[in-house]
Amino acid sequence: MRSADCYAPKRVPYLGWEENTFGAEFRRFSLERSKPGKFEEFYGLLQHVHKIPNVDVLVGYTDVHGDLLPINNDDNYHKAVSTANPLLRIFIQRKEDADYSAFGTDTMTRKKNVLTNVLRPDNHKKKPHIVISMPQDFRPVSSIIDVDILPETHRRVRLYKYGTDKPLGFYIRDGSSVRVTPHGLEKVPGIFISRLVPGGLAQSTGLLAVNDEVLEVNGIEVSGKSLDQVTDMMIANSRNLIITVRPANQRNNVVRNSRNSGSSGQSTESSLPSSTPNILANFLQGEEESDEEDIIIEGSGEPQQIPKAAPTSLESLTQIDLLHEPTQNGFLPSTEVNVNHSACNVGVEYEVQNPDPKSLEEDGTIITL
Amino acid sequence: MQIHFIPDQCQLVTLLDDNSLHLWSLKQHSGASELWEDHRFTLKGPPGSPPSATQITAVLPHSSREVLYLGTESGNIFVVELPSFGVLEDRTITSEAVLQWIPEDYCNRRSCELVEALQEHPKNPDQILIGYSRGLIVLWDRQNNKVTHHFLGSQQLENLSWQRDGSKFISCHYDGSYTQWLVSNDNRQSLPLENLVPYGPFPCKAISKIYWQTTRNGLPYIIFQGGMPRASYGDRHSISVIHGSQQIAFDFTSRVIDFFIIFSSEPTAEFDDPSAMVVLAEEELIVIDLKSAGWPAVHPPYLASLHCSAITCSHHVSNIPLKLWERIISAGSKQNVHYSNMPWPIDGGTNIAPDPPQRDLLLTGHEDGTVRFWDASGVCLHLLYKLSTVRVFLTDADPNDNLNTMSEDEWPPLRKVGTFDPYSDDPRLGIQKIYLCKYSGYLAVAGTAGQVLVMELNDEGAEHVVDHVEADLLQDQEGYRWKGHEKLKTRDGPVRFEAGFQPFVLVQCQPPAVVTSLALHSEWKLVAFGTSHGFGLFDHQQKRLVFVKCTLHPSDQLALEGPLSRVKSLKKSLRQSFRRIRRSRVSSRKRRGGGGNTSETHEANGKFDQGMLQEMELAPVQRKIEARSAEDSFTGFVRTLYFADTFLRDSSRHCPSLWAGTNGGTVYAFCLRVPPAERRMDEPVRAEQAKEIQLMHRAPVVSILVLDGRNIPLPEPLEVAHDLSKSPDMQGSHQLLVVSEEQFKVFTLPKVSSKLKLKLTALEGCRVRKVMVANFGSCKTDDYNENDLAVLTNLGDIQIISLPFLKLQIRYPCIRKEDVSGIASCVFTKYGQGFYLISPSEFERFSLSTKWLVEPRCVVDVPEVSSNNHMHNRSVMENASRKSRCSGRSSGDYGEDEVLKEIQSTLEGGRGSFAERNLARSPVGHRLSNGGAD
Repeated sequence: MRSADCYAPKRVPYLGWEENTFGAEFRRFSLERSKPGKFEEFYGLLQHVHKIPNVDVLVGYTDVHGDLLPINNDDNYHKAVSTANPLLRIFIQRKEDADYSAFGTDTMTRKKNVLTNVLRPDNHKKKPHIVISMPQDFRPVSSIIDVDILPETHRRVRLYKYGTDKPLGFYIRDGSSVRVTPHGLEKVPGIFISRLVPGGLAQSTGLLAVNDEVLEVNGIEVSGKSLDQVTDMMIANSRNLIITVRPANQRNNVVRNSRNSGSSGQSTESSLPSSTPNILANFLQGEEESDEEDIIIEGSGEPQQIPKAAPTSLESLTQIDLLHEPTQNGFLPSTEVNVNHSACNVGVEYEVQNPDPKSLEEDGTIITL
Repeated sequence: MQIHFIPDQCQLVTLLDDNSLHLWSLKQHSGASELWEDHRFTLKGPPGSPPSATQITAVLPHSSREVLYLGTESGNIFVVELPSFGVLEDRTITSEAVLQWIPEDYCNRRSCELVEALQEHPKNPDQILIGYSRGLIVLWDRQNNKVTHHFLGSQQLENLSWQRDGSKFISCHYDGSYTQWLVSNDNRQSLPLENLVPYGPFPCKAISKIYWQTTRNGLPYIIFQGGMPRASYGDRHSISVIHGSQQIAFDFTSRVIDFFIIFSSEPTAEFDDPSAMVVLAEEELIVIDLKSAGWPAVHPPYLASLHCSAITCSHHVSNIPLKLWERIISAGSKQNVHYSNMPWPIDGGTNIAPDPPQRDLLLTGHEDGTVRFWDASGVCLHLLYKLSTVRVFLTDADPNDNLNTMSEDEWPPLRKVGTFDPYSDDPRLGIQKIYLCKYSGYLAVAGTAGQVLVMELNDEGAEHVVDHVEADLLQDQEGYRWKGHEKLKTRDGPVRFEAGFQPFVLVQCQPPAVVTSLALHSEWKLVAFGTSHGFGLFDHQQKRLVFVKCTLHPSDQLALEGPLSRVKSLKKSLRQSFRRIRRSRVSSRKRRGGGGNTSETHEANGKFDQGMLQEMELAPVQRKIEARSAEDSFTGFVRTLYFADTFLRDSSRHCPSLWAGTNGGTVYAFCLRVPPAERRMDEPVRAEQAKEIQLMHRAPVVSILVLDGRNIPLPEPLEVAHDLSKSPDMQGSHQLLVVSEEQFKVFTLPKVSSKLKLKLTALEGCRVRKVMVANFGSCKTDDYNENDLAVLTNLGDIQIISLPFLKLQIRYPCIRKEDVSGIASCVFTKYGQGFYLISPSEFERFSLSTKWLVEPRCVVDVPEVSSNNHMHNRSVMENASRKSRCSGRSSGDYGEDEVLKEIQSTLEGGRGSFAERNLARSPVGHRLSNGGAD
């Protein structure tokens, strides 16, 4: 177990301690806050200063709330450096010894135990060791997407249902909302989130709340549709549900100017553009497709995914298919928006792919990951 | 509430329950007669008068055709001009004006109260008989505005009827009595000639309508509605016919709305000589032949009661071969022996619709275990043949026990008439799925208790044993207990079957859950059936079960315990109790026939509805959003079964196959080995599972279809053998189309790879309810036709989706989305038409194809010369009701009685056209003075 405190921006002496059985090693060094460099370089630096060039390690840091958060890409590395106040305390764990329970959103509540957990890994041997490091080892659970093209008052949330045992866990209801129309303010019927099930996916993301108005489901506007229709649309898209909401609480909106990812700039329009499907820019169709592939069992053989037939000129009709965008599986760059959230609803839960054979069992013949 | 003909005009007046009067006339429009609304009118009293002052209770269209007499609740009678509905104030007959002619002592005891009846004197149009509810009857002379005779009844009056010569009339009363009165010239106040309580001496129900019909032989027909002994028979809906010593109380299974007698209409004829009685009951129209001995019913050529037992499913077969058609008709004709030979006594004009292009059959399955075969080729559904599956089973109530067991001297002499019988002895007998092979005459029928019957058409009656096989769909699944209904007990030994479809094999699923899917392959002689537990394949040639497959999820206790039936029955009982509430409200409103409580009931209804609304607002509806999972209940429910000769294993050899789709989005494909014809009886049929496809969106699979190498759906069994279809392309690659409630997906075969899809629900938020391949021909050229999918969604929209590219071609709204039973009842035909129930008793027919159109067209000749032609008047009414039946879209108040509904629907139809065409005032018909019209 190694840990390192990074001070920024001043150059500070390296401090650290190392431990073989129960011990640990501290190093202390300084970084240029304005030019933190790339994660790869930093990782190499850590390996260098700890003299462990060929050991795979997990890098974590404690943020301002005391949460232990991972550093495994440029973005969260930069974030970590920027939060150093002034000391950035970094924990390094050998990958095979890593205790993942230490990471997470609710580490704040376990704050006091974080260190002890980290320092006494043998107390937690019962936890299966799951590799957690690079983005490809993660499976996204939810994300805010298209922040750059949506009005600030709207939020497009993607819930990744597949693979988790968690229910989507929310309810919708009819209601009425006020719209600005050419004839002034008008009361129009709308669909609202009425309830979040504790422990459900929707609640655990922190991105949806009761009384948020649902504007779109997977790029299709819901105005003019009945509650039952919207329910059916959501269920039909439940494996990869993208809902655009107008949050009831408008205070936690993404402050776009502070981010440099939205190059196309901020939009100031107060309602959605009329032809909505096309603005689903970040629609990871490739991912959705591959995950929605049906399964076939030939004879008494093994279940396998049904491949796509050789592409012909006949493409399917759905608008969604027209947006087919082969994108790499993995994190969306926008995932880290959670850092902009206030402490009370830090949003992203790093749900871990569970290699527990249980999930493969389902009912013997059908495998869903 | 009431319909009245304007004598000798093609016009009628209707009174609605909002107290509005509407004048309709039959006009020729583009070669066909159509009913148009000319005027509407609501009677208004002087300012400040109570609503009862103008609440209409009786309507008399005067034979002069110029005025309508409107009796009201207040006892005043208003006179309005036709067709303008202008009130002739000076001719109003107030109750005060009447009372001044009545002896003082009588007036003191009772006031006039509401007007119950208005009848014109049959010979003298200047005399009008007025009956008030408290029993007072007066004869009013409209020339001199005075009462010429008065009749002091002591009983609450219900109705009045003149005798043909006008010398006598008859009144009927609330206490179940009727009274004859003589109108003599010398005595202004006459005493009753005869006062009788026909079903006394114990208290009786009211007689609400009565006719006194004279005959040549001197014995009159006395025909009246009601009057049954209150305690024992008060709940019967009866009409009694008394002719000399003959007396029958016709016992109707639903409330009698109205009835009339068809009698000699020649004005010169001395006697009525009634020939038939036409009864409109709440659920059916019945005509009784009064001329033939025993007074049998007349077989109705239209307005057949579809729902004599509730319709549970329907199946449409297009283009029936003539041979099969004739055999079915001949089997059916043997069932109609108890009907009268009298020609249908109602003239409904001339049908000018073109002959139907082909013979189509609509088969309806009913709750009581019967299947009815309807001729659906033309405008009216006509019952060809009725098949009962009950004989195969032992039921608690043997149908032979309670039929006509009454002895001759039973009193009252009730006789059940009509076919409407909503009470099913055993709900397990209900028919759920029907499949008829029109080429072979094989019929498969499956029901509520897991029974599957395979039948063959036999032109002769026969007695034989029905082979009986049990199919255990749970197989090795253990530890379950079926908590639903028991299976039906079968009859041992040979059973006598009448000519027609005779069952020869019975498969009973175990557990005996409702059969949810059925497929028959008449060429391979195989029948496949599925329930919520699994599916099975039965070889009906060798009478051997080929295999069963359990689709039940091990943790799906719900499906196993049979709450499906319980949930359903709970829903049903809820629905029924609602229906009952509504019906009782309606009947209480109807009870007084436009009486005083109408507005109050209306208000009460309004309050009730508002209360309901508020309740709904208090508890906002919310919907749970959750992905489907393999652990959901009823995933094993088999939704569709399909036989196909296709490439299942490799692309070089095709073989028979059976496909099954479940509620959980699983598709199973079995490879079948059917021995060649010469060894068909010797070698067993074999089956082996070849594929299992799990749709990851897990929506219920509603249809499976294989397209051949030319992208054409595979033909029906035996279709090619009968040279009615090109043989399928077996060279090119076949494709599999799987339709779930949410998506359409095309896969390649034999190697399954996904080719195309249409995600309907994700795009539109609607789900597939019904889907069928429809063949659309061009009405311009005969050589072009294409196959598309006709889809009905849960929103009631119909969409046409092209094959094989799954492009949405057209969409339009068809059924209201709230009309769940309408959507559930929809059947598509093979040529792009369809039927759905708009009420329990009415199918609406629609066509998606320009080539096949069936629409009602008829012409009613407008009478040139006026005579007191009742027959003709009736025909107008008949036509009206037929028209509205065929073209009207009722607004959905199915609890209302037929008449009202028909008027309303016609009204709706008429309104649009009326406004659209901005019709000029209707011409006043032929003015003929056959009386003292002034």
